[in-house]
Amino acid sequence: MQLTRRTLFATGASAAAVASFPRLGRAQAANTIRIGVLTDMSGTYRDNTGPTSVACTREAVAEFGNRGFNVEVIEADHQNRPDVGVNLARQWFDQGVDMIIDVPTSSVGLAVAGVAREKNRTYINVGSATADLTGSQCSPNTLHWAYDTYMLAKSTGGATVRAGGDTWFFITADYAFGHALERDTANFVRAAGGRVLGNVRTPFPGTTDFSAFLLQAQASRAKVIGLANAGADTQNCVKQAAEFGLTRRGIRLASLLLFINDVHGMGLQTAQGLVCTETFYWDLNDRTRAFTRRILARTPNNYPNMIHAGCYSGTLHYLKAVAEMGVQAAKASGVEVVNRMKAMPSEDDVFGTGIIRPDGRRLIPAYLFEVKKPEESQGPWDYYKLVQTTPAEEAFRPLNEGGCPLIRS
Amino acid sequence: MDDIFGIPAPLLFGQLLLGLINGAFYAMLSLGLAVIFGLLNIINFTHGAQFMMGAFAAWMLLSLGNVPAARTGFALMLLPLAVLLLDWLLAALRVAHRLRIGLATLFAVLWAGSVFMEGGGPISGALGTLFPQGLSYWWALLIGPVVVGATGILLERLMISRLYKLDHLYGLLLTFGIGLIIEGVFRNEFGSSGLPYRIPPELSGAWDLGFMFMPVYRGWVVIAALALCLGTWLLIEKTRLGAYLRAATENAALVQAFGVNVPRMVTLTYGFGVALAAIAGVLAAPIYSVNPQMGTNLIIVVFAVVVIGGMGSILGAILTGFALGVVEGLTKVFWPEASATVIFVIMAIVLLTRPAGLFGRA
Repeated sequence: MQLTRRTLFATGASAAAVASFPRLGRAQAANTIRIGVLTDMSGTYRDNTGPTSVACTREAVAEFGNRGFNVEVIEADHQNRPDVGVNLARQWFDQGVDMIIDVPTSSVGLAVAGVAREKNRTYINVGSATADLTGSQCSPNTLHWAYDTYMLAKSTGGATVRAGGDTWFFITADYAFGHALERDTANFVRAAGGRVLGNVRTPFPGTTDFSAFLLQAQASRAKVIGLANAGADTQNCVKQAAEFGLTRRGIRLASLLLFINDVHGMGLQTAQGLVCTETFYWDLNDRTRAFTRRILARTPNNYPNMIHAGCYSGTLHYLKAVAEMGVQAAKASGVEVVNRMKAMPSEDDVFGTGIIRPDGRRLIPAYLFEVKKPEESQGPWDYYKLVQTTPAEEAFRPLNEGGCPLIRS
Repeated sequence: MDDIFGIPAPLLFGQLLLGLINGAFYAMLSLGLAVIFGLLNIINFTHGAQFMMGAFAAWMLLSLGNVPAARTGFALMLLPLAVLLLDWLLAALRVAHRLRIGLATLFAVLWAGSVFMEGGGPISGALGTLFPQGLSYWWALLIGPVVVGATGILLERLMISRLYKLDHLYGLLLTFGIGLIIEGVFRNEFGSSGLPYRIPPELSGAWDLGFMFMPVYRGWVVIAALALCLGTWLLIEKTRLGAYLRAATENAALVQAFGVNVPRMVTLTYGFGVALAAIAGVLAAPIYSVNPQMGTNLIIVVFAVVVIGGMGSILGAILTGFALGVVEGLTKVFWPEASATVIFVIMAIVLLTRPAGLFGRA
């Protein structure tokens, strides 16, 4: 199944991305910071990341302005394939890209971290969910920005257990992200006294019909079906669960990772009542609304979600650090840039003020939202009701529990 | 509750039924592919994109009244049908061939240009005013295949027909490339996160079969697919038209000598195959996420189905489609991780033991 047309063009696409790279003069290059947005431009996560991530990165660069050095943003499509992502990252770094940002799809996100470390460049992951990026696989070159599986599990999973959903069955996308999300959520369920009755691992990508898995979940007699997947997979699960009457029989769906763009894709009629966790919502406060107005000029049909906001926030903070330490020093060592970023408090319109922990985790409050009913929605993209806020210090995995080697030393 | 191989019997029955439903989609799609390959010798890799276009047509028709992008999109999808109708009219009026081509081109340019006018232009405007409520699922089932089929016909006339004398590979590459382009255009225009489409109210609800909840809509899909498959099989195997078609694949020159317009028959056959994909697309819209990738995900499996059934064998495509749906459904119970691969394993085994496929003639 994975042998799709994508494979055929993987090599071609990476070659093309490199060929289109502008060759700058030596003097100019020395004073130019290059940012590469490595993202999903053509697959299932395109709207959740993709062009809007690029737009937000460019917006951050434009707002930062010229402070004595040039900034150049380039983009490429990693097609959700670790091999393509690693090739592109390696080529970019070899050609003088200083920082790579976004990189959704946990398997790709983890693979690119290795390249950034090897080449000693800066890597701000925003799009991947796996908490291993700041845990067992943390790196002095990696920062993890907007969200992770632990925080989703704690916020969405924790709230669901507290509301009485104490027996779970997981439908899990069969790759690094799904496994991490299922593991982290199951831990919370058990810690709260709940039980996990079973799980099923679904091939990714390539599964469109989830009814067979939903039926297995129903047969397990679990009160909650945990959806450890994302994008079209989650949408199909929600749609088909309603179709097969699971929700009418009182089975609750826990959509562990759901973006506002997915809600838009399903429509409120289908999505109403789902709960989900994001660290950003455009209608949260005056600053997020102002940011959204600015960014919509660049991406009119797709509202920003927490990943997009993270690309903006991460780029802005990175550029501030570069300005403080000087372009030459920043180009010389990714570790030094990351250390500087960790030493400075981060401040922007989308996430407000926050700190970055030694393991690379940017701390942000986690917001639990409930999707509105169609009649509650007042206008375009008015989809969320805020249910609960987990403060930044409590939202993520405690520093000493992640098993990050950087912390022990 | 009895267990079969450690699985509760109700669950197993449920999975068999679901497998049959998925098999219905495999059967419908591989049927179109088999018809096209059998009669044109073209391996139609655009099939996935055409399936997706069917689903999008359904969404566009429903959203004509309130989504400007849907009006624009549908106005463009209507273009091939309009050009074909104009061309047919001009031919009936005995307009000279070159003039016809010139007029049709001019018409197409004007049409497309008007769609991109500020505010949507007269055609999308008219669609919006005529159908403020949009057109329902049932209309989509009728209009979608016609409109998408017309795009297929235009595609065959303009491009594919030039490749019949060449190796299969050229047709495959051409249709593959066109599929990529169509998918890319839809992705740029509508994004990847999908569009909402609801089950029509007449078919919502579910039957409680005791061992599972059977949505009415899924039942309808199986019935529609069976009817479609049976109808197509009868058309090709039992009617005079079908006999001409089969004869034309054996010896086109001879059939033409008997006064049958073979090129037109071939064109219409391609259009028919494409329309089959579009019907499957409309049927899929309410249950799967309507997004530009929806065809890519299915089409590779469907090709495996066609290979297993025997390239070009219509009965083979239908039976294998349903059978493999069931096999895949059972795999989802016993070894879920392998459910995306099992069909390819079967394909490998079949290719090794019966290279012509289960129902193919070597």
